Amino acid sequence: MQWAELWASLDVGSDIALANAIGREIIAAGLEHREFIENATTGFDDYRRGVEPYTLAYAERETGVPADVIRTMAHEYARAPRAMICWTLGITEHHNAVDNVLALVNLSLLTGHVGRYGSGLNPLRGQNNVQGGGDMGALPDRLPGFQHVENDEFRSKFDRAWGVAVPPERGWHLSQMFEAMERGDLRALYVIGENPLQSEADQNHARHLLEGLDFLVAQDLFLTKTAELAHVVLPASAAWCESEGTVTNSERRVQRVRKAIEAPAGSRDDLTILFDLARRLGRNWGRPDAETIWNEVRRLSPMHAGMSYARLEKHGGLQWPCYDEEHPGELFLHSRLWERPLRGPRVAFVPVEHDPPVDRLDAEFPLRLTTGRRLDEYNTGVQSSAYHSPLRRGESLDVSPEDADRYGLSEGEVVRVRSRRGAVEVPVRLDEGLRPGLTFMTLHFPDDVATNVLTIDATDPKSGTAEFKATAIRIERLGV
Amino acid sequence: MKPEPIWFQPPPPPSRPPAAPGRPAAPPVEVVIDGQRATVPGGSTILDACRARGVDIPTLCFLPTLTPVNVCRVCVVEVTGSRVLVPACSRRVEPGMTISTESERVRVSRRMVLELLASSVDLSTAPGLHDMMTRYGAQPERYGPAAVPAAAGARDRREPGHHQAPDGARAETVAQPVKVDNDLYIRDYSKCVLCYKCVEACGVDAQNTFAIAVAGRGFDARISTEADVPLPDSACVYCGNCIGVCPTGALMFKREHDMRAAGTWDESKQRTTDTICPYCGVGCTLSLHVQDNRIVKVTSPADVSVTGGHLCIKGRFGFTFVEPPGKDSD
Amino acid sequence: MSQGALNYISRRLTVPPAELWGVVTFYHLLSTKPRPPIVAHVCDDIACRIHGGEALCESLEQIMGPPGAHGENGRATAWMRSPCLGQCERAPAALLTVAGERPRTITLAPVEDGTASIVDALRDPPDTTDTRLGARAPDERQRRVSRSVPQVGQAGMRLIGRIGRVDPTSLEAYRASEGYRGLARAVEIGPAAVIAEVVASKLLGRGGAAFPTGRKWDAVAKAEARPHYLVCNADESEPGTFKDRLLMEEDPFALIEGMTVAGYATGCERGYLYLRGEYPLAAERMAGAIAAARAAGLLGADVMGAGFEFDIEIRRGAGAYICGEETALFNSIEGKRGEPRNKPPFPVQVGLFGRPTVVNNVETLVNVPALLREGGAAYGGIGTEGSTGPKLFCVSGEVARPGLYEAPFGITLRQLLDLAGAAPVRAVLLGGAAGVFVGPADLDVPLTFEGTRAIGATLGSGVIMVFGESVDLLDIVRRIAEFFRDESCGQCVPCRVGTVRQEELLARLRARRPLGSDAEEMALLKDLGQVMRDASICGLGQTASSAVESAIFRLSIAGRRA
Repeated sequence: MQWAELWASLDVGSDIALANAIGREIIAAGLEHREFIENATTGFDDYRRGVEPYTLAYAERETGVPADVIRTMAHEYARAPRAMICWTLGITEHHNAVDNVLALVNLSLLTGHVGRYGSGLNPLRGQNNVQGGGDMGALPDRLPGFQHVENDEFRSKFDRAWGVAVPPERGWHLSQMFEAMERGDLRALYVIGENPLQSEADQNHARHLLEGLDFLVAQDLFLTKTAELAHVVLPASAAWCESEGTVTNSERRVQRVRKAIEAPAGSRDDLTILFDLARRLGRNWGRPDAETIWNEVRRLSPMHAGMSYARLEKHGGLQWPCYDEEHPGELFLHSRLWERPLRGPRVAFVPVEHDPPVDRLDAEFPLRLTTGRRLDEYNTGVQSSAYHSPLRRGESLDVSPEDADRYGLSEGEVVRVRSRRGAVEVPVRLDEGLRPGLTFMTLHFPDDVATNVLTIDATDPKSGTAEFKATAIRIERLGV
Repeated sequence: MKPEPIWFQPPPPPSRPPAAPGRPAAPPVEVVIDGQRATVPGGSTILDACRARGVDIPTLCFLPTLTPVNVCRVCVVEVTGSRVLVPACSRRVEPGMTISTESERVRVSRRMVLELLASSVDLSTAPGLHDMMTRYGAQPERYGPAAVPAAAGARDRREPGHHQAPDGARAETVAQPVKVDNDLYIRDYSKCVLCYKCVEACGVDAQNTFAIAVAGRGFDARISTEADVPLPDSACVYCGNCIGVCPTGALMFKREHDMRAAGTWDESKQRTTDTICPYCGVGCTLSLHVQDNRIVKVTSPADVSVTGGHLCIKGRFGFTFVEPPGKDSD
Repeated sequence: MSQGALNYISRRLTVPPAELWGVVTFYHLLSTKPRPPIVAHVCDDIACRIHGGEALCESLEQIMGPPGAHGENGRATAWMRSPCLGQCERAPAALLTVAGERPRTITLAPVEDGTASIVDALRDPPDTTDTRLGARAPDERQRRVSRSVPQVGQAGMRLIGRIGRVDPTSLEAYRASEGYRGLARAVEIGPAAVIAEVVASKLLGRGGAAFPTGRKWDAVAKAEARPHYLVCNADESEPGTFKDRLLMEEDPFALIEGMTVAGYATGCERGYLYLRGEYPLAAERMAGAIAAARAAGLLGADVMGAGFEFDIEIRRGAGAYICGEETALFNSIEGKRGEPRNKPPFPVQVGLFGRPTVVNNVETLVNVPALLREGGAAYGGIGTEGSTGPKLFCVSGEVARPGLYEAPFGITLRQLLDLAGAAPVRAVLLGGAAGVFVGPADLDVPLTFEGTRAIGATLGSGVIMVFGESVDLLDIVRRIAEFFRDESCGQCVPCRVGTVRQEELLARLRARRPLGSDAEEMALLKDLGQVMRDASICGLGQTASSAVESAIFRLSIAGRRA
């Protein structure tokens, strides 16, 4: 923000109104990339009709961003020789997360800012292997290499390789699992390296559900709050420095992690634990060895096929897809869209509509709370709380100076923050970077301030992500 | 079972893997390096041209990942027709340039630059410079015994245009107490050669934080935060990229500093293993320096494309969660 | 500058606080510590030293305590030592800085009555920018100008002809004495022809580097990148130099005319006048003249109705000799520390704000209107083959009539000293602190670029500082070394540390306490000189040993004492 040419400080949850207005303005100014739209996309006419109501005036009203800023953004983005849209969880932790993303995809299709060097769409990953987890099939509907589990051709390949029949239906994502717990359909849970008790929205509700399970296993480096609830705890070693393997970063680069130190006595790496578990369940998978397993991935996932350990070593990681040992990996995706004749199917514009956050603001809960991270901290603080960060200052409710004036708040004053689901007490901090009406908290210090007591578990039906970014709150002064 | 168009059946790959657009190459240039004719890429620096041909030119303030500031003058070479020596790190080759990398003039200047540095700065944790000093026969002791170190903060308070007249019996130095104001890293400006690398890494070459700058003038020039405040009161975000580029150990992990003070720092017992940072999705390479099964320092190789050797506070310092709690102060 | 002021500047200009700190701590007229509101900066540099500057400082110390006292104790005044204030023809000199509602600087020179006038001025700062203006009677004012410019009223003076004759505050008076005829001719013949005239005149830069002005103009005029900038280097800080100051004080419109012609010829719409912070009267006169020229349509969107735009902005220095180096000057204008840039690229390609830039010295530009009036070829006939035109010399030190002298290139040093009334000399410093000492045997050297070069000396900025038999030359040389140690920007190792080691070495020589043998000390001095000359980034470091080495090795002053 400090270094930006433009700062579109929008009302949280109005991303689609903004994106659609940008799209409309680009079309109105005749700045859309006609050649690209005609040759590589479908559904442009529907999109154009869909964004027609999103005038600059409407968008200014809905988003709070001045019309001339939106107009400038639209023109600059469309005219730039190279332009990239990067986003983080501010786009995806909403009840309409996928629609938010589609609204941005539409802009890139409209302007041809995709499939070319220096352009594109970049979801910046917040965890070192969140990309790799998905790549490896830690998604309810995918096998490793994004191969759809409901695609018979893909699935049968795995059936043959593994000597078992892979279930042909997609599973549950995280939010669906909690719904299934609520219904009583999910009774046992095995949690590896996650602390859902403190990281899920609507924490009191999450605790209730986890406590109601018949059987909870936690595999972690630490005895987290979730692990404290577990029936069985499997002490794990740190994947990044106490074991061998790979992770995949935001730019799809598969990278080697290596063992640098011995793990504490009694802990085992994830592979060893899983292999031991398989043995107890009657299957001998042999010796747990990261490279052997990686080579299995390469056999089954075409996009990883060319990534031998030797090549990963030599090139400092490779970006998927990398189809064979001669392939350099793809620096950016979707370049096929610029081949003429077009190679493969066209890409569809998918019109989407603005839909404000579920947790509505009203007279009782007039302020918007959004959550996020601070530079020196990480998630629920399980790892980052161990080092002495000079930047650490604990949890706070960050408010704009204007709101501080309005509510008579002073820096450091402890207030009660109440949402429709719960309340926490937290000191106030003034932040000039916030627009009036918007407040901010993190989830880094859940033992001190359980921010997720406040957040709503309204989730996106397509991605299963909860709307952490938009909670309606009010501030109650203590002793007043 | 409803097929989902693109992802259900992945689209075909492009007919060839995408690549960065090529840059128009400047025409090659004919030069003479140490009497040998050479054709080198146009637009390259003298340093590039020489190193590509295996001609070694020492450098101190130069790093490929930073904009050359050409202030240390260790890399000067002689170019025929030039009144003065030129810095190889930033001077670009020109057609017909005749370059001498080890002429007597060059050797005198290098020797003197090293003598001037070694007589004024503590180079005890800058091993590379010792090799250079041997190579050029530097004799820093000929400037006399070192003057009494400055008191804490005294150098930071000096004003431009005014200094205490010397008596010449002792050589002035930059010696002063170590600045220890946080648990992550220390600043020992007795070891600072003022190469500007930390300022560049804090600024536009890496971090864009601008927490430090060169302040003061002349021999009293120093690296300073705003108004010389301690780091916790400055804009510092503790990425430690300044430590990563510091050539003399003036900026150092507090853990290394403490171990050196305690006499337990032993590089012969250390092993370095490259891995990937456990925090965000950028995928920075961490080089873990391990002594006695304990991570004692984290660096990052500059030749990795992801961040060119730069890290953030978590990657550089946030590793202690793999250690037993309470084992030491950090 | 208080912390509050720094915070305000940082936010207002969006400059990171650490960078701002770096800039503020670079300039010696700025302070980050509380200073009393009124401070006397007393010159103890070489010219003033000859005329009692050091004794003045010692007396002040007795009356007021040590120099540089800060204002923590609530004192209203303080005094500090200062490097050369550029008032060498009327030494000793002091500069008063007055902070408050109406901040200003006041030149006190000459300080002829011991400490009294300084103490008086500290108590009650005079309401003027220069004590020279204090005289009421026109005759007395005239006499004071003549004291600085002894040739006032002499015929045939091209550069100082108006001084003392034409009211420097009157545009009308300037126009009535051939003013703006140069620009009129320039507009008549067009930019390309102007450059051709300057090339024909073989005019060489008068700032010290002697680069052909015409070539510089031509390069910028042809540079494709836009905009082009003109910078007039008026940061005259070379100890012993005061010519540009007097030109700006006494004939400011001539500089404006010269800059306007240069801007017209090279396609610059904006000119910066980087004016030394220690020159209050020059700043006042230039600001007044620029305003008058603008009001008369001689600067602005349509200069002289000739269809071109040109205007001038004054930027004041804040106490840093290094900012006279052209690339350090750019950085200073850009709001940065005055650290020189490596060259190439040269300013004509990448200069101020990264754009093609013409940088010319004040004297160079003042030659331009005269050159255009007389015609380039004719002008080129003045002086010698290698050094054409008239030249200004700043004569100071032990002479009867110190001051600014104009003479055609080629006058010998002896002839010039005769004009100024020199007694038998022991040494003459040519070119200032960055110059070279010559001895009595060198007095017949013709004062030209090539003539001085032939004897291993330099003309530099035209400094002719004369030392008689009684002067402690080793002390003078030590002061020069001190000067360079203070004024080094600190960027490159040879100069940053080399100037310290040079000063230490001279202190040892003076105290006759060599480290090892004298021969070892001499070898060390030569090594220091060589590394500074060969490996420094800019001219400051490259010349920081020049005067010192010439005194030690050419005049053997160390041997004589020891």
